[in-house]
Amino acid sequence: MAHWIEACAVDDVDEEDVIRFDHGGRTFAIFHAPDGRFYATDGLCTHEKVHLADGLVMDHVIECPKHNGRFDYRTGAAKGAPVCVNLATYPVKVEAGTVFIGLD
Amino acid sequence: MSSSDKTRRDYSLVGESTRRAIETGLASAEWYHTEVPRKVMKELMQRRDGPAIRDTLLWFALLIGSAAGAIWFWGTWWCVPFFFVYGVIYGSSSDSRWHECGHGTAFRTRWMNDVVYQIASFMLMRNPVQWRWSHARHHTDTIIVGRDAEIAVMRPPDLLKAALMFTGLLDFRYALPGLFRQAFAGLNAEEESYIPEMERHRAVVAARWHVAIYLATVAGALYTWSFLPLMLVGLPRLYGSWHMVLTGLLQHIALADDVVDHRLNTRTVLMNPVSRWIYWNMNYHVEHHMFPMVPYHALPRLHELIRHDLPAPNPSMWHAYREAWPVLLRQLKYEDFYLRRDLPPSARPYREEFHALATPTAAE
Repeated sequence: MAHWIEACAVDDVDEEDVIRFDHGGRTFAIFHAPDGRFYATDGLCTHEKVHLADGLVMDHVIECPKHNGRFDYRTGAAKGAPVCVNLATYPVKVEAGTVFIGLD
Repeated sequence: MSSSDKTRRDYSLVGESTRRAIETGLASAEWYHTEVPRKVMKELMQRRDGPAIRDTLLWFALLIGSAAGAIWFWGTWWCVPFFFVYGVIYGSSSDSRWHECGHGTAFRTRWMNDVVYQIASFMLMRNPVQWRWSHARHHTDTIIVGRDAEIAVMRPPDLLKAALMFTGLLDFRYALPGLFRQAFAGLNAEEESYIPEMERHRAVVAARWHVAIYLATVAGALYTWSFLPLMLVGLPRLYGSWHMVLTGLLQHIALADDVVDHRLNTRTVLMNPVSRWIYWNMNYHVEHHMFPMVPYHALPRLHELIRHDLPAPNPSMWHAYREAWPVLLRQLKYEDFYLRRDLPPSARPYREEFHALATPTAAE
């Protein structure tokens, strides 16, 4: 069962953007989709260890800032070379203006 | 580390330098970046179709127009100026189109990047799958010996080889047989070191398509008993690549290797507007390596934004070559020697501790 970790305030992430969240020696990426929903994934690209939070969010795609690796951050699906491995995703809930992510 | 302890450079991607780069943390290291506010960087990274569509239409117009002129005047000296233009558009500007579309930053629309990438890859005799991975490695491990598959001039420099690059002969010598080898015998160990297993079959299929088109061109030349088909497909890679070499060599020559700060190993050169169009602003090369996802049309803005933190750009190609030449000559005897460029007072200093492993000798 997931336990919920406070990640950030809703206002910390612009719509169609991403921020980095570090917790317990791990790094995550928190996404604010254009439809207002929030999503969370591992924070590093699966191709090279580059922080996705420095990349560009376009609609529901995050693009790695180094090599153009692209993922659908809703599902973690890799969208072609140079990324071949999907990104891990985590459940998210928003309560009282705060974004929580669920970790095992 | 004393010079006697230093391991001699081994440029293979599966050799001693590779092992050393991985052991010392030079491989896949974290690179220095100039600080840019997130909102500004996000704005700079935004994709647009407009500039690349305009430039691509002009590119095709020049390509088709010069080809038409060359065909019309074939057999007379008047075809020479048309082939001159055609060759540069085919053999040189295809490199920057390949590059920018490979990064996925030229167009906002994905398929447009992919189409231009495939066309430009063919013009350059580059396997589109292999080179996508090779270039990803170049950005991960820029001029890290034993890791970077795209080091143009190795140390000690082979100046004859560098000069021959302008003729396109050397690249042609490796590119075309390489495609045939990939098509019929598969990838070699170095290529497999940077292409993931799941992508390798796609590289072989791409090589087969390229080879098929070249064989069809040769058949066309034999059928018409004319060199003209070869002058239009394939040979421009020889006679038109000089501008690609002229601009591309300046990206990294004579600068440091085995460092993790692009200000030390990469050069920005200001140049004339025609060369900048052919080169798609890749003259802003430090900026490109620091922030590879900034599209070519936004690089001049990025340059203005971070120039306070970078070495002064060379004001011209001539200036850059004049600066690099004596360093290359000295590297013939002292291969550790490199050109260390001064930073402006407003810049954050080089992090010497990151580069202590290489202990090269710098030109001041």
